[in-house]
Amino acid sequence: MEVITHDNLLIILKSIVDSGKELYAPQRKAGKTFFLSVKDVASIVFDYVQTTESPKELLFPKVERMLSYKFTDGKIQVTDYSQGQEGPNRVLFGSRPCDAIGMKTLAEFFRQDMPDAFFQQRQDALTIISMSCVRSDENCFCTSVGAGPGDSTGSDILLTPIEDSRYLVECPTEKGKTLVESYKELFEQTGAADKEKYLTKIQQTFSHVGIARMLSKAFDNPVWNEASLRCIGCGACAYVCPVCSCFDIQDEGNNKKGDRLRCWDSCAFALFTLHTSGHNPRPTQSTRWRQRVTHKFAYMPERYDLVGCVGCGRCSRSCPADMNLKEELAELGHSLEEVSQRIEEHP
Amino acid sequence: MRIEKVTEEAPGVKTFRLNFTNDSDREHFVFRAGQFGEYSIFGEGESTFCIASSPTRKDYIECTFREAGRVTSALARKEEGEIIGFRGPYGNIFPLDGWKDKNLLFIAGGIALPPMRCVIWNALDMRDWFKDITVLYGARTVADLVYKYELDEWGNRSDMKLITTVDPGGETPDWKGKIGFVPTVLDQMAPASSNTVAIVCGPPVMIKFTFPVLEKFGFKPETIYTTLENRMKCGVGKCGRCNVGSVYVCKDGPVFTYEQLQSLPPEY
Repeated sequence: MEVITHDNLLIILKSIVDSGKELYAPQRKAGKTFFLSVKDVASIVFDYVQTTESPKELLFPKVERMLSYKFTDGKIQVTDYSQGQEGPNRVLFGSRPCDAIGMKTLAEFFRQDMPDAFFQQRQDALTIISMSCVRSDENCFCTSVGAGPGDSTGSDILLTPIEDSRYLVECPTEKGKTLVESYKELFEQTGAADKEKYLTKIQQTFSHVGIARMLSKAFDNPVWNEASLRCIGCGACAYVCPVCSCFDIQDEGNNKKGDRLRCWDSCAFALFTLHTSGHNPRPTQSTRWRQRVTHKFAYMPERYDLVGCVGCGRCSRSCPADMNLKEELAELGHSLEEVSQRIEEHP
Repeated sequence: MRIEKVTEEAPGVKTFRLNFTNDSDREHFVFRAGQFGEYSIFGEGESTFCIASSPTRKDYIECTFREAGRVTSALARKEEGEIIGFRGPYGNIFPLDGWKDKNLLFIAGGIALPPMRCVIWNALDMRDWFKDITVLYGARTVADLVYKYELDEWGNRSDMKLITTVDPGGETPDWKGKIGFVPTVLDQMAPASSNTVAIVCGPPVMIKFTFPVLEKFGFKPETIYTTLENRMKCGVGKCGRCNVGSVYVCKDGPVFTYEQLQSLPPEY
């Protein structure tokens, strides 16, 4: 196996910045950790469990300009950004395995039926160097959704910290191999290494397959009312989620010039599904919470064979009402059983 | 596309006839009954409506909309000769090919006649394909009936039957049609279900009360068709708001049979 020292890794990262590519890596801002553009590699932090926001923005920006229009002398000129554009040449460093899996899930979703050109351009030009987890917190539950702290899925390079300030190196993709090849002299060979022993242990609290099966029978269950009582519909969970991909399309401009924009949206908002007539298919917060959970754990597996959650725990860390998805899901099973039993006994 | 003609249908409701601004689009544009599009004005945004004209009428499309939000209000201010945007067609279709030699029963309420008008004209333009064609159309008031000029034409045709109704209290002194809610009038009509498909478009509450009446007269759920009108943005199954369970109305619909709806959660 290949290994690299911390110092040599910093040399590579610096060289990436010097080459003019954009490097995004975890850095501190206002006491929190975010993936930010790197100017000086010394500002990259390594001692974080999870960044506040996911790195999905590099592939699916909060606001994507889809087209621009301009009227001159009554004639319209339209620039369509989905055609013939190249994505920014970027390297993401320090994403967690769950983040990389999230980006792969997003890629597979956006590739369905009518492939999304905006996403594709950005993905083609992005190299993902992830870092295995040697620490975790009580909100992490990747092992419950089929992932793990050392999962290399979705990463171009996965580094696992080992002793003596060194990292084990895995390259699951050609993109990763090419990058390592171009800095060959900075890597060393080592014998077989037991990667597992360096990783954090994350207890599996539920099975996503079991949750999916349960959800298929849970639509009319009163458990959703109780579970969503605390939800204030702020949408923070969707904002920080690596897999949430719902968007709105809005115009910004006037009758002279402007842009058509694609912006993040959330199923937590009442306006998301409101008909012009005033009718709303998901009129209450409980129906919206049900949509969020069922979409991720039942509809996406059924429709695309994808799980809409990577167990990063960001939604739980960000929720202002202290809702915790891991606990909710673990409890959901019990409640569903209990409620079904109650209904059977007292129909 | 260029607005060739604006027709005032009802208070706040207009129909645009749209012409292609370039020849290549006109030649290559193909759609089928039931499909929809995104109509837009730069600076205001996009809005989703069905294509209300029949695919048998070439060279133009028509859309009918009610002035309500930002985009539809901006559309309503547009005049003949002005240009608006269109992308589409999206969605699935009414399977007219499978309805050959059958009776067609159309049931529509209010502003939901447009998606059905496309199918009605499609069927009338291929009249010898089908047996009896019956249209039941109701609105809240006489003023809310859309396509009044066509209702007159349909009423006068000998090869189809038109029944119009308005909700109680919505009639005018000279109203000659029926008075009553669509499901009630349908019940009085006692439609025959043999060799007949029913196509139902209307507000959710009308649809809800119409299906049981059809079932009462022996219509099987797989012979009842409707379109769902969930809010949409992208039209291609990505933006995430039109789903009913794991089904996307924009991609798998908007046309569904009652049988299909029965297998979906009631989120429409």
